[in-house]
Amino acid sequence: MDFDFNEEQRALEDTVRRFVAKDYGFDTRNAIRATPAGWSRNVWSALADLGVLALNIDEEHGGLGYGPQETGLVMNAFGAGLLVEPYLSGAVIAPALIRRAASADFQAEWLPKIAAGDAIVISLDGKRLTLTNGKLSGTLRAVPHGAAADLWLVAKDDALYSATPQFNDYPLLDGQHAADLVFDNTPAKKVGAGETATAFDIAHGIGLAALCAEAVGIMDATVAATTEYLKTRQQFGQPIGRFQALQHRMADMLLHLEQARSMSWLAAMRCTDTNVAERQRVLSAAKVVIGNACRFIAQNAVQLHGGMGMTDELIVSHWFKRLTAIEMSFGDTDSHLQRFAKLSRAA
Amino acid sequence: MDLNFTAEENAFREEVRAFVRAKLPEGIRQKVMSSQHLSKDEHVLWQRTLHEKGWGGVGWPKEFGGPGWTPSQLYIFEEECAAWGAPRLISFGLKMIAPVLMAFGSPAQQQRYLPRIMAAEEWWCQGYSEPGSGSDLASLKTRAVRDGSHYIVNGQKTWNTLGQYADWIFCLVRTDPEAKPQRGISFLLIDMKTPGITVRPIITLDGAHEVNEIWFEDVKVPVENLVGEENKGWTYAKFLLGHERTNIAGIGIAKREMTRLKRVAGAAGKLDDPLFAARVAQVEIDLMALEITNLRVLSAEGSKKGPGPEASILKIKGTEIQQSIAELLMQASGMASFQIADTANRLGANYCNQRKLSIFGGSNEIQKNIIAQMILGL
Ligand SMILES: Cc1cc2nc3c(=O)[nH]c(=O)nc-3n(C[C@H](O)[C@H](O)[C@H](O)COP(=O)(O)OP(=O)(O)OC[C@H]3O[C@@H](n4cnc5c(N)ncnc54)[C@H](O)[C@@H]3O)c2cc1C
Repeated sequence: MDFDFNEEQRALEDTVRRFVAKDYGFDTRNAIRATPAGWSRNVWSALADLGVLALNIDEEHGGLGYGPQETGLVMNAFGAGLLVEPYLSGAVIAPALIRRAASADFQAEWLPKIAAGDAIVISLDGKRLTLTNGKLSGTLRAVPHGAAADLWLVAKDDALYSATPQFNDYPLLDGQHAADLVFDNTPAKKVGAGETATAFDIAHGIGLAALCAEAVGIMDATVAATTEYLKTRQQFGQPIGRFQALQHRMADMLLHLEQARSMSWLAAMRCTDTNVAERQRVLSAAKVVIGNACRFIAQNAVQLHGGMGMTDELIVSHWFKRLTAIEMSFGDTDSHLQRFAKLSRAA
Repeated sequence: MDLNFTAEENAFREEVRAFVRAKLPEGIRQKVMSSQHLSKDEHVLWQRTLHEKGWGGVGWPKEFGGPGWTPSQLYIFEEECAAWGAPRLISFGLKMIAPVLMAFGSPAQQQRYLPRIMAAEEWWCQGYSEPGSGSDLASLKTRAVRDGSHYIVNGQKTWNTLGQYADWIFCLVRTDPEAKPQRGISFLLIDMKTPGITVRPIITLDGAHEVNEIWFEDVKVPVENLVGEENKGWTYAKFLLGHERTNIAGIGIAKREMTRLKRVAGAAGKLDDPLFAARVAQVEIDLMALEITNLRVLSAEGSKKGPGPEASILKIKGTEIQQSIAELLMQASGMASFQIADTANRLGANYCNQRKLSIFGGSNEIQKNIIAQMILGL
């Protein structure tokens, strides 16, 4: 058993952390958030230069051929910096899906572009859409970064299609953008067939594991910042961190954080497991532990900051909002708890 | 033991209900029902509507022009208003400074200020907290120095709720820096138009402008604006905090939001999910228990001036329940609630905003300290 990261992984983590510290400060991020698109093409190019857009793409297609563990390290850092670019959708989930479900020609055309930062692909679950005579219809609501795509992929009836929807883009409280995507007899071009549903489930799982890592990155930063606040904020002639009630609360936050970190690693290791039930069971378990941790740590970080925690000015309230959103994304805690119970009973 | 209201009380409930339904403008009601922020005018309009009916001085005795209700009547009034979606009464004038002036103000102060509070002619805000003095309020530093017929005030207050609308602010200021912290504080009434006052907005995590910072730079305040005696401000402040805690449980609002939760969750099909339904039921049950606890405190209070340390029980449970309901409301509509432009529902923003409930009015940690020390004697 080995819970250490190797040198290469450490170097990657360092690079990304340095980027966030140096080029993606809170003010920079807020300025980007205030633009109409809500994310930055320049930052996207910078991410391409760092190599992180190539992480989930095999070497044959111009990528680095890494996997969920390395993605997790990157997501930790992006979480702490509250990155608003469509990294999870465009650089984690889409390549994972394309690799498993698209034709060789499509892969050869698009994966190098994604790795180089020249194209953003967003993948969509077509379950709620209808497909008749090669045309898609229906509306998908609140798709994360749904409008940021150069190309949309729809997994439908065990085949993969590309199609261009109409969209209505809007900002969310957590600083991210989402869009309602409308397909109205939209021509769909088949770009892959066979095992698409399985491929989609795995890609979605890889995304879920990455989301868990993002949450852990935020919670790490939140716990550290709150601890620091408790050491510096003075009331009743002493740092408030001297009050045992607050010490115990911080200790509980740390328990949540460490349990969440463990499950985030487990999710990264099992999200590509070919045993469907085992894969889904672990991912649901991870989302439950992380969802509960998100909620506890977010609420208490604000609480322990007092009035300051309520302000837009401090990053802690922004971490709070992103953690709240993560708990509700990719299936909320209730839904994963129930899926776990069902899978566990069968196991 | 009898848990029923009397016939007179039930008749009173009918009267309040009929009045609120007839007089509350639908536009205001819709805003309240969907957690939107009200404008100053909307608050003022509702207070004046109550005033015309003779109910402007909610919670006030008859001798000061109030309706002279019993605690039960007051409870019924608040419950009926909340249920129908009436604006929360702006407490800073009505429930904070007014009781202080009635108890400790001079007759001249009572005559000058009270009628204008009742008629919503003057808006008050509360100037207690400072950047360095939140839970430890007695450490406050804003300085007032006597200079002939004036005090000269310098310092900074913060978190002043709706201070952007205020005509007046009541402030705790330090008049004797040598004395023990609690002994050197005075209670001043300050006209917000006085030169030297600067108000700056603080934007909260839900994007709202609800609180402010207020700076005082050589602000001249006439000595007749001192309430009671110099250096006795802490006594008045503590008296006021007791009043702030009446109706602190917020039962009426919690019941209204519980009804809303069941409606929103039902429409989204979430009540068919047994796990979610059970979580809603758990909060509804907690609320049921709190309602009875609240009534017990009310009846024990009887003729006393305000609830004692038991108010801390009401504050903690009441805010926890309101926060749980806000959270379930958000979860019932999922990520759709996080749309910033969704002004019609604001379920995500409301959840964020409600985190304040366990921070202000004496944080829930401080309330637990009070319970441990004052009730349990630990
Ligand atoms: C939305 C909002 C509106 C407000 N409106 C007003 C207003 O109109 N007028 C006004 O004067 N003030 C107002 N306040 C201020 C409010 O009263 C203070 O925020 C509150 O007293 C807490 O003080 P603080 O923010 O400085 O936090 P701190 O006192 O610094 O507390 C930080 C954390 O430490 C904890 N803590 C502190 N001391 C102890 C202890 N001894 N034991 C255990 N835990 C402890 C607290 O519970 C909190 O979790 C408002 C605040 C908010 C958020």
